[in-house]
Amino acid sequence: MTLPSDTPEGLTTADGRPLKASLEHAVRRHRLRALMLVLPLVAFLIVAFILPIGSMLWRSIDNPEVSQGLPLTSRAIADWDGQELPGEPVYAALYKDLETGYADRSIGRVASRLNYQYSGMRSTLMGSARKLGRLEGPPWKAAMISLDRDWGEHDLWRMIQREARPWTLSYYLSAIDMQYAPNGDIVEKPGYLQLHVKLFVRTLWMSMLITALCLVLAYPVAYLLATLPAGKGNLLMILVLLPFWTSLLVRTTTWIAILQQQGVLNDILVSLHVIGNDERLQMIYNKTGTIVAMTHILLPFMILPLYSVMKTIPVGYMRAARSLGAGPVTAFRRVYFPQTVAGIGAGSILVFILSIGYYITPALVGGESGRFITNLIAYHMQTSLNWGLAAAIASILLFVVIICYLVYNRLIGVDKVKLG
Amino acid sequence: MKKTTIATAVLAGLTLSGLAQAQTLNIVSWGGAYSDSQQKAYHDPWMKKTGDKIVNIDKSANALAGLRAQTQAGNVTWDVVDMLPSDAIIACDEGLIDIIDADKVLEPAPDGTPPSKDFLENSLGECFVPQIVYSNILAFNTSMFPKDKEPDSIKALFDLENYPGKRALQKKPINNMEWALVADGVAPDDVYEVLSTEEGVARAFKKLDTIKDHVIWWEEGAQPPQLLADKEVSFASAYNGRIFNASVNENQPFDIIWDAQVFELDGWVVPAGKLDRVKDYLAFATATPQLANQAKYISYGPARKSSSALVSTMDGTDIDMKPHMPTYGPNFKTAIRKDDAFWADHLDELSQRFNAWLSS
Repeated sequence: MTLPSDTPEGLTTADGRPLKASLEHAVRRHRLRALMLVLPLVAFLIVAFILPIGSMLWRSIDNPEVSQGLPLTSRAIADWDGQELPGEPVYAALYKDLETGYADRSIGRVASRLNYQYSGMRSTLMGSARKLGRLEGPPWKAAMISLDRDWGEHDLWRMIQREARPWTLSYYLSAIDMQYAPNGDIVEKPGYLQLHVKLFVRTLWMSMLITALCLVLAYPVAYLLATLPAGKGNLLMILVLLPFWTSLLVRTTTWIAILQQQGVLNDILVSLHVIGNDERLQMIYNKTGTIVAMTHILLPFMILPLYSVMKTIPVGYMRAARSLGAGPVTAFRRVYFPQTVAGIGAGSILVFILSIGYYITPALVGGESGRFITNLIAYHMQTSLNWGLAAAIASILLFVVIICYLVYNRLIGVDKVKLG
Repeated sequence: MKKTTIATAVLAGLTLSGLAQAQTLNIVSWGGAYSDSQQKAYHDPWMKKTGDKIVNIDKSANALAGLRAQTQAGNVTWDVVDMLPSDAIIACDEGLIDIIDADKVLEPAPDGTPPSKDFLENSLGECFVPQIVYSNILAFNTSMFPKDKEPDSIKALFDLENYPGKRALQKKPINNMEWALVADGVAPDDVYEVLSTEEGVARAFKKLDTIKDHVIWWEEGAQPPQLLADKEVSFASAYNGRIFNASVNENQPFDIIWDAQVFELDGWVVPAGKLDRVKDYLAFATATPQLANQAKYISYGPARKSSSALVSTMDGTDIDMKPHMPTYGPNFKTAIRKDDAFWADHLDELSQRFNAWLSS
């Protein structure tokens, strides 16, 4: 906030200070007070949002295990030209690192880390560390290779040299089904190891499908809600909100009870003789299960923004269009629909982004074919314990969401979003 | 004057309670019938003896992840953790758990045999004290097959013609790959040798391909008995104790195919720095009578030889527990010992391949 330029310079306040300075002082005080009010929110955002995301992004490239767990070897291997096997100094460094690492039990983390990249590295490292006592002395090169032949493998040393750097792209490569070839080139993983790209694509298209289904189902409901008289409209609103207030897990498991092979829907179909008892339909633990359950769960997020937009459209517009000669379809298409685009945009982006990040519902009802990339993140967090890879996949998902948001902003404009 | 007296009294009280301080132990285990057996055999007598409070946490399925996370956060709240030996090897190598000198910490057998001699061969780890021998077996619901055509071999799992229906298998490569090879004609003793080669892995996946469309994958130990009881599946892989408990306690018509059972140990580890705090509990819980007692509640074999001799009947019944143990002679003929070293090396890669296979 600045003073208008035509303010006379000489004016002062009652206590003799220049008016301009005094006003600026007052404004600054107000701003500070306003800042104090939002401070809790800022602090909360930093602690609960920015720091965790930052640490996730960091973890997806952070690679401290080898450089810290095998410090001497990492330094010795750094300027190896990769032609012949590394020389004696590298093996001597390896011997020292294994000796200290085994004594203070820091070698295990290196073993776990390298085993992701090179199957069998765990026992090569741990086994050698355990048997170090048998070695009599230099030359260490021959001695280490006699402990475990893997130490004479050229590819293994290329891998150690690569992973000895304090940061790595291995996790990102793995997240898009690529890997380093032994010579350092980036190549596709063999077909039987490819998984992530397929799941990313599936997550995206199923989320789009769920968004579209939500829109198709929500539009008439929202229209009804907005146009019914208050009494009936409120009742309908409660029917929309009631499931919204019910626990997510309850709603998901209800779908299991309805859709499973011995479930309600199959029972009804069998008793109506639509299908025989031995041809019960598989409607859950596959894509269908995920789509049905998630469409139901996310539906209110589409209805509510649509409703809030439709509520503001005067009924007279449609009547006016009709009285001016437009048929019902034309009136809807040219007059009503364009006015609801902001609601459609808000609902769609909300449902789509929520759906991309959904995890528990696909896990419970999705089976194998209905699994999302988020389930794989959970798997790498809890089961395979490859947290770097989990962070890389999650970061890619974050970028995808940001790109979707930017595209959306370009097409519809975030300022047009109306949530109520 | 009065104030001083009170203060002295309070101080004295504090000191006294400090001497016989009852503590709370957070014990991590597998939940379900297994935790129940531990509660009755170890926890209840210990709480009665010392006044300690024991809190059960059912997190063993993700114990290694939990230990890593708690250690990284610098706030380890677990005191004793029930874990598989393959996970214990990794945790021990990474320094997440304490090294346990069995002969110093644990109780000798009643006849004085030191623990290192009394526990089964190669069962004590550097950081690991075994409790039980359990087994991964294939179970079926007897009411789903005619009496004269009940399956008794692992081949039945892959025989869709004679034994139709869905199969429930655990969603990980372990056990499934072993069974695929045995059903394909590999001798149980050679399984891991074959599995170490690329041809062996391809062969196992090819065999699994034949039933892939008929499998429901389970992740929690409580699922297979449920799926069998609901008749959603004809076969389910499961932990043998869960099947035994469901058939005895809930009268379920379940039977076990012992052919090609994959057996392994399960036991305690202690998070780094906690050993002093839990030493007494650990010694008590792994003493001969306690381990023998656990076998009254679940059909897992005790890991001590001196306890095995004491195994008798199930608590409150006259069911002899011995024929239900994985180590019982006839059950044990074609058993496979899970190779922890193999899986420690190859689990990362084979899991990756297994997951890709699942979604292809």
